[in-house]
Parts: sequence; C-alpha cells; structure tokens
Amino acid sequence: MALKFPIFMDAQSTTPADPRVVEAMLPYFTEKFGHPASRNHPFGWEAEGAVDRAREQLAALIGARDPKELVFTSGGTEAINLAIKGVAEMYREKGNHIVTTVIEQRAGLDVCKRLERQGYTVTYVPVRPDGLVDVEEITKAITDKTILISVMFANNEVGTIQDIAAIGRLAKEKGVIFHTDATQAVGKVPVNVEAMGIDLLSCTAHLIYGPKGVGALYVRRKSPRVRIAPMLDGGGHERGMRSGTLPVPLIVGFGKAAEICRAEMEQEGARLAKLRDRLQDRILSNVDEAFLNGHPERRLPHNLNISFAYVEGESVLMGLNKESALSSGSACTSATLEPSYVISALGASAELAHSSIRFSLHRFSTGEEVDYVADKTIEVIKRLRDMSPLYELAKEGVDLKSIHWKAE
Amino acid sequence: MAYSDKVVDHYNNPRNVGSFSKDTPGVGTGLVGAPECGDVMKLQIKVNLETGVIEDAKFKTFGCGSAIASSSLATEWLKGKTVDEAAKIKNTDIVNELKLPPVKIHCSVLAEDAIKAALADYKDKHK
Repeated sequence: MALKFPIFMDAQSTTPADPRVVEAMLPYFTEKFGHPASRNHPFGWEAEGAVDRAREQLAALIGARDPKELVFTSGGTEAINLAIKGVAEMYREKGNHIVTTVIEQRAGLDVCKRLERQGYTVTYVPVRPDGLVDVEEITKAITDKTILISVMFANNEVGTIQDIAAIGRLAKEKGVIFHTDATQAVGKVPVNVEAMGIDLLSCTAHLIYGPKGVGALYVRRKSPRVRIAPMLDGGGHERGMRSGTLPVPLIVGFGKAAEICRAEMEQEGARLAKLRDRLQDRILSNVDEAFLNGHPERRLPHNLNISFAYVEGESVLMGLNKESALSSGSACTSATLEPSYVISALGASAELAHSSIRFSLHRFSTGEEVDYVADKTIEVIKRLRDMSPLYELAKEGVDLKSIHWKAE
Repeated sequence: MAYSDKVVDHYNNPRNVGSFSKDTPGVGTGLVGAPECGDVMKLQIKVNLETGVIEDAKFKTFGCGSAIASSSLATEWLKGKTVDEAAKIKNTDIVNELKLPPVKIHCSVLAEDAIKAALADYKDKHK
C-alpha cells in the first residue's frame, strides 16, 4: 500500500475517530436529537436509552459493577478536575492532604497546585528512573490527614504503567480514596476498577478513537461509597455530580469506541507492540547514544519515547514534521520552551530532557509507516549531529560536564 | 508554531556548517549557550590578517530550528565584513530577517553573543 502523508504518529495527543464510531453517532445529531432528561416524550426516552447504552459499554470496558458509577464530562481534564477538587471539597472536614506523583499530566498537577493555594497540602511522590512510582514512597507519604491518592495509570509521555492494583490495596488499607488518571490506559491495556481497587477513574473518548469533547469520571458507589462535590451547578444531571445537557452524539460515540476497544484491545495491543518494537529496534540499532525513556516492559504497547543525545527535540521534529506528526514532550507543554518535566523527573539530564521524542502508534498505523518514520528519524538525527557542537566535542573526547557553560 | 520560510530554508540548507581548527592563525571561536538550556552555538570566523576582513565563517548549533537559522544567517552576514563591521550586527537584525516570533528572540540574542565571543577570541589571540 502506498504511504499517505503526513504520517500520524502522535496518537497519545489524540486519535482519529474510528469510522464505526462516527457512523454510530450520526443519527443522534439529526433524527434522534432528543434531550435525555426529557422524561415525557419519545425523543427524550430515545436519547436516554442511547446514553444508558453508552454507559454500559464504558462500564464493561473498565469493569465497573454498575453503569451508574460513570459520570460523563467534557473530557479528561474536566474528569480529573472533578475527581480531585470534588474529593478535596467534600472531605475537607476529614483532612486536607493529597498524595500524587511528579509525572501526572498537567491537569492533575495544576489542580493540586491550585488546592495548595487554597490551604491543602500536597505530597508529590518522585518516580524511579524507569518511571515507576515506588508504592513504598506513597505509603510513607500518607498521614492521618490524607484524603486522596491520585496516581496516573499510564504516563502520557513515556508510557510507563504503574502498579495500580498495589496502590489500590494500599488505599483501601489506609482508608484513603484512590483516583487514577487513566486517560492514556483505558482501551489500550486491561483496566478493571474492581480488581484494581480504583475509587475514581478519569478517561476520555478522543484517545480511544472516539470524538473530542467527551470524557467520563468513574465514581465508586459501593465499598466505599465515594462522594464528590460538583464543579458545575445546574439541573442536577449525572446524579448531581455534573449538571449540563449531555452531548448525546458524543456519548454514543464514546460508548461505541469503548465497545470496539473491549472487543479488539488484546489483538490490537499485540499488533501495536510488535510495530513499536520494530520502530524501536530500527532506530536504536542505527543511532548511537539514543536512550529509551520509561520502563522497558511495563509500558503502553503503542508508546515509544527516545532521547537522542546532542540534538534538540524541536529541531528533530522540524526535520520530520513535513511528512510525519510526532511530538517532543507532550502536546500540553510543547507551547512552552521548557524541557519535558516527565523526562527530567526520571533523573535524565536537562540536556537529554530537551532531546526526547515521543512516537505513538494507533489503530491505523502500518508497518510501512513505521519503517519510513524510523529511517527518516535516523537521517534527521545524523544530519543534526553533523551540525551539533556537542556531538563534535563528545567525539573529540571532551567531557561536556567539564566545560564551564555560560548559561543565560 | 509555524516557522517562517527563511527559517525553514536555513534549517533545510544550513550555510557554512563546519569547524576550523581553533589554532589556525586568523581564527576566532565563540562557544555560547548551555546544553541544559537547550541551545549551544559554536561560531567561528577566519580573518585575513592583512586586510582585517572576515574571509570565512562556520557554525555548529545544538538547538531548535530558529537557533540553527540564526547562526546560519550570522555566518552569511559575517563573510566579507571587517572585524569592526561585524561587531555592529544586532540581534534585532536577525529577528527581522528571519521573522522570529517573540518566544524565539533568545535564539537571535544567542547568535549575537556568539558573534561577539568569536570576535573577542580573535582579538585576544591577535593583539
């Protein structure tokens, strides 16, 4: 098959909607346009039925006991805000301490920073060089004031998958509510809120081949019953936790996307892991001083993150972006000039944090695309190293740390 | 962010990439920036010791496309100028020529620093 350009390999920023998802959504824009809270006529009943079905599809994907435990939101960011702020406000009497990690995505970190300004205290647990959080560190951080543990399921940059079940057990043992930002994991790897002891889980449709603009927060109803304060006041939709007219077409798409993921995840994950390994092997066997970021095994099947010493990430992307879409750091931080805080948190030097490239594959990625992007990456790195003063110095045997750099 | 055509051109076809031996007579070397900041420029000039004219210039840059373009452009401008004329190149000239957006102005500042460092090194060696 002929390659189609540009090649999309930035699937942890967003994914294209699956055509089957779009097809399922379409009738809900036009003939089935009812408001699901209209209880007195067929339009409303039809819409309510569609939302209920989507809730069931999503509940099945994450192993929720009751579809009612899902609250639809506008996306992952809102779900994360609702989870953390909602718990903080609801349990204020009980305590004011939150435990989270240094590698959460921006929404998680920024919510915590805001809460700190409002008088809460937050412990940001470090991660090991492979991106894994040491559960022992979380245990040590817990105090009698701790009301919430919030740890992402899988990292958006390096793909490292945390030992969520162990954290779930710890939370239960300590009687602390456990939230996980699973936006990158749901639909990609097995997620089960019951087996893993998850009390709150954030996810989003657009990362699982669904539409942008819809996400969900799982809120446990039994053992323990978790309560959260709403962020939006209004008609009391979503059991009072999230008022606002439900975007039925988006929710239908979310449900369909979840259903497809549930059916195809295992096969798809195996296929993407194989493609990812092919990409990784091809690049690492042709480029010296290139380093895999994150955990070599405990990682998302579609993620690959590599730091290329002596070249700067943005210049690498510039050499690739006419024909392929990749990212350096995350889409959320690429508007700034800061190096990746995630790669930095893994203990990499600032220089290597400046040179990380994330490749993320998706349902429609092909072997030809992988080979093309691998070869193009190798070519660009070689070209940039030929004009890198750092590479030149290193090849001359100069220790870059011995140079007194005049930083601005 | 979208890059200007001139930045893209310098990135794709960088002028005067390379190095002179630091000890060659007439050569001045500037090395500015820091790896942890994401930008390092090495800029070298080769001055005709009789005329004081910069006959050749070379660069190597670790940094974003705008940093590469700024230093590439600097080497183009340096060639044919006297040492005194070269000292008058301002970062704002580079910003205007390459149409750098505000977040990339530091790249032009670094290029000006590199020019100054290379000139200072040359003067230091050829008192």
